[in-house]
Amino acid sequence: MLAGLLVLLFLAGMVFSTTRTALPIFREAGLSFFTSTDWQPTAGHYGALAFIYGTVVTSAIALVVGVPLSLGVALFLTEISPRRIRGPLTYLVDLLAMVPSVVYGLWGILFLLPHFLQPVAVFLNRYLGFIPFFRGPVSGLSYFGAGIVLAVMIIPIVSSLSREVFSAVPVEDRHAAYALGATRWEMIRGAVLSRGRAGVVGAVMLGMGRAFGETIAVALLIGSRPEVSVSFLQPGYSMAAVIANTFQEANGSGIAALVAIGVVLFVITIIVNMVARALVWRFVR
Amino acid sequence: MNGIDAAIPVAGESTLNRWTDERVASGRRWRNRLMAGFMGAALAVSVSVVGLILLYVVKAGLGAMSWEFLTQPPPYSYRLEGGGFVNGLIGTAIMLVFATVVSAPMGVMAAVYLAEYGGKGTLAKLIRFFSDVMTGVPSVFVGLFVYTALVTSFGFGASMGAIALTIIMLPIIIRSSEEMLRLVPRDLKDASHALGASKSQTIVRVVLPSAAPGISTGVMLAVARAAGETAPLILTILGAQAIVTKLWDEAIAALPLQIFDGARNPFAAGVERAWAGALELVVIVLAFTLLARLLASRSRI
Amino acid sequence: MRNRNGSRALKTLLVAGLVMGLLGMVVTGCGGSTTTTTAPPATEAASPATTSAPSTTETTAAPLSASLTGAGATFPGPLYTEWIGAFQKDNPGVTINYQAIGSGGGIQQFSQGTVDFGASDAPMKDEEITAAEAKSGAKALHIPTVFGAVTVTYNVAGLDSLKLDNDTLAGIFLGDIKTWNDAKIVALNPGAKLPGDPIQVVHRSDSSGTTDIFTSYLTEVSPTWKEKVGKGKEVKWPVGVGGQGNKGVAAVVQQQPGSVGYVELTYATESKLPVAELKNKAGTFVKPTLESTSAAAKGASFPADLRFSVANSDQPEAYPIVGATWILAWDKMQDPAKAQALKAWLTWSLNNGTDIATQLGYAPLPDDLKALALAKVDAIQ
Repeated sequence: MLAGLLVLLFLAGMVFSTTRTALPIFREAGLSFFTSTDWQPTAGHYGALAFIYGTVVTSAIALVVGVPLSLGVALFLTEISPRRIRGPLTYLVDLLAMVPSVVYGLWGILFLLPHFLQPVAVFLNRYLGFIPFFRGPVSGLSYFGAGIVLAVMIIPIVSSLSREVFSAVPVEDRHAAYALGATRWEMIRGAVLSRGRAGVVGAVMLGMGRAFGETIAVALLIGSRPEVSVSFLQPGYSMAAVIANTFQEANGSGIAALVAIGVVLFVITIIVNMVARALVWRFVR
Repeated sequence: MNGIDAAIPVAGESTLNRWTDERVASGRRWRNRLMAGFMGAALAVSVSVVGLILLYVVKAGLGAMSWEFLTQPPPYSYRLEGGGFVNGLIGTAIMLVFATVVSAPMGVMAAVYLAEYGGKGTLAKLIRFFSDVMTGVPSVFVGLFVYTALVTSFGFGASMGAIALTIIMLPIIIRSSEEMLRLVPRDLKDASHALGASKSQTIVRVVLPSAAPGISTGVMLAVARAAGETAPLILTILGAQAIVTKLWDEAIAALPLQIFDGARNPFAAGVERAWAGALELVVIVLAFTLLARLLASRSRI
Repeated sequence: MRNRNGSRALKTLLVAGLVMGLLGMVVTGCGGSTTTTTAPPATEAASPATTSAPSTTETTAAPLSASLTGAGATFPGPLYTEWIGAFQKDNPGVTINYQAIGSGGGIQQFSQGTVDFGASDAPMKDEEITAAEAKSGAKALHIPTVFGAVTVTYNVAGLDSLKLDNDTLAGIFLGDIKTWNDAKIVALNPGAKLPGDPIQVVHRSDSSGTTDIFTSYLTEVSPTWKEKVGKGKEVKWPVGVGGQGNKGVAAVVQQQPGSVGYVELTYATESKLPVAELKNKAGTFVKPTLESTSAAAKGASFPADLRFSVANSDQPEAYPIVGATWILAWDKMQDPAKAQALKAWLTWSLNNGTDIATQLGYAPLPDDLKALALAKVDAIQ
């Protein structure tokens, strides 16, 4: 009956096995692992900054675009939608979570890139090009492209968790807000959003964890360029993507270096997840 | 009156709502409508993205789908059209069966421990918490783990991929099964105990059977999730062109890997196969999801 | 629920478990008619198959029976794939699985012993050989198979032919030449319809022999390139987006208008992408073709270990960026059945595979080199 221990065992095994492989890299590269963009494992240069930066930037884009959408969806479904269509609509949005990430990638690169990402990137550059984030030259394969697809991928997670959080707000609170003469939006802002804030933050962080760890769709759309660019319309790289793209052909120290990136990614996502779980648990339980 | 005003927010609340709406200042009312409009738009965007993805996958996939695609491996040529992904389908099936056979019993046992024995103990809390955390571990990291711990000694193969999928499925099964076990009513267990059954008898004869449909739902959802995993497979099974049915020591193909390959393929024939493969994979995942729903609707504890 | 029959519900669990297994095989396959014949994994799983040696006969006269795994260069990927397909038709007992993951990966997996043979378009370095041989205890053999051209392919609407010299080529890939209507490109292509769009450079993101061939050439012909970038299987690219493998680069060029990349000839022709004519050492503009690739192999000299280079040939009709590609094999293989199969496949390919090679635009080895290569194949035991 102690099969549950296996989970802890797996987790411990993961940490141990990967850290052991990665340790020489951390020791050799030291801080430069986090501060340098010079990534040439065969030559002994292990600067992973470009990948860390890419992961952070694409996830940030995903959150900025995806979170308002997710909250809008969650609020619509819990507060506005007539009961009759709530079920089917919920199911439709949850379908987004069932689409495998490789299908997102395929769809992203063959459909979204030419029909949406490229034109929008050109548009942003033309009219907002004076902002450094949208400076040219424009590349469709970019932080922006990967971030948008990530935004779509986090919608089902963030919206379904926030939906749970919103439904957990007591009816009495809503009644109280209406009794004070609030409009529906004022009720939502005053009663639902403020009561559920911790839970929503947790949901957003879980979405962030997903965005950090997403591999395949990002690998296809980010442009595979190990550099740091301020402009979102430039190609970049992410931690998960570089592992998936270059693992098979890496040599000894190259593999260790990729494992080191994996360990960093793991530590970040674990921290984000632990905080998020704690927040969501506090609310929903 | 637009949609938002007509909708019923909380049961029995409509009259009150209308009363406020008529008296509020126009600025507030305007903001109310704006925000409602935004929510509606957010939903519309999300739903239309679902529609776009599914429509496009179905449209492009059906164009390349054929009996041959479902039953043949890809041709030994980048140039030629025809052939299919049956080798990947077989690889995916082998790994899913292996991973399910291992992770389902283990996961259910762990869940039984959590729900029936562990209670609020520190160990149970720890397991529960880390299972939740493990569902958030990037799947590519699971692949890295299996590579560093096993593939370096045993070589690429179906079993390696299956182990990675097991690790991904296990926490999902544990957590969903525990929820289901907790829903089994107290009275039922008490009745069993009253009849003189021991705790383990109660669990095997009463608790597990009544939670069975719910547990199966969780397992199905875990399978659906595992079926689409790509990243860990890159690091554990390598991919293959022929039909491979060995568990050990031979690289094997998988459906998601073949689609991934097709997404970075300039050859028209390869891209077509990738679309058909995407359709096949989406159908598989949805089939398991629907099955999960079906089982869930049967479970009325 | 209240009075559900316990055993019935237990059955549900069992059935669910069974359905699981079956679904994986049948339902989800949307009807794989061959599943009954092709998927007996249960029986396969039952036999332990513990070591790398499948139960095979050791007699050489018996039909070949082995399954080989190889990994490496994407440059000859289309060719090896077809060679394997054709060879397996005549030798149904042999299964060869070649994964085109990049030359760096090929050398890596070969040295680690995770595959039976490797493939690379850059010969292994001395220290790589020393390390790999120390690990395996056998000698690493370089067996050349074909020559191929690394072409500069592009995606510009309405531009079917393009001439580039070394300076311009280096300038584009250095990022100094930023738009398609740059004066240098216009000067080489009078009358061509060159748009003012930015140039999007596409390079390899993996460790690649094609990159090695391409950057070695640029290093030889452009001092600026040599100083700023240098050569190798992976370099620090000044501009551009990365693509995975020759396939990936060709795919990105195809998907992104205004882009330019370097791929092996087959990848460009089979993807219907145009290729640029390059100015060779003799000063003529040459289109990459089978003939201009073969011409480059003329007059090259081959050391005993067959690690040679044919880049930047001085033959007047030769395309300048040409490279050979090698199969990497151990002279002593642990499993005799695998050794026999590998020898048979390589011998067949070098002798009978030339038609497929030329169809795909790879230049077969000249006779003298072929004899040397076959001698290496014979050394496999």
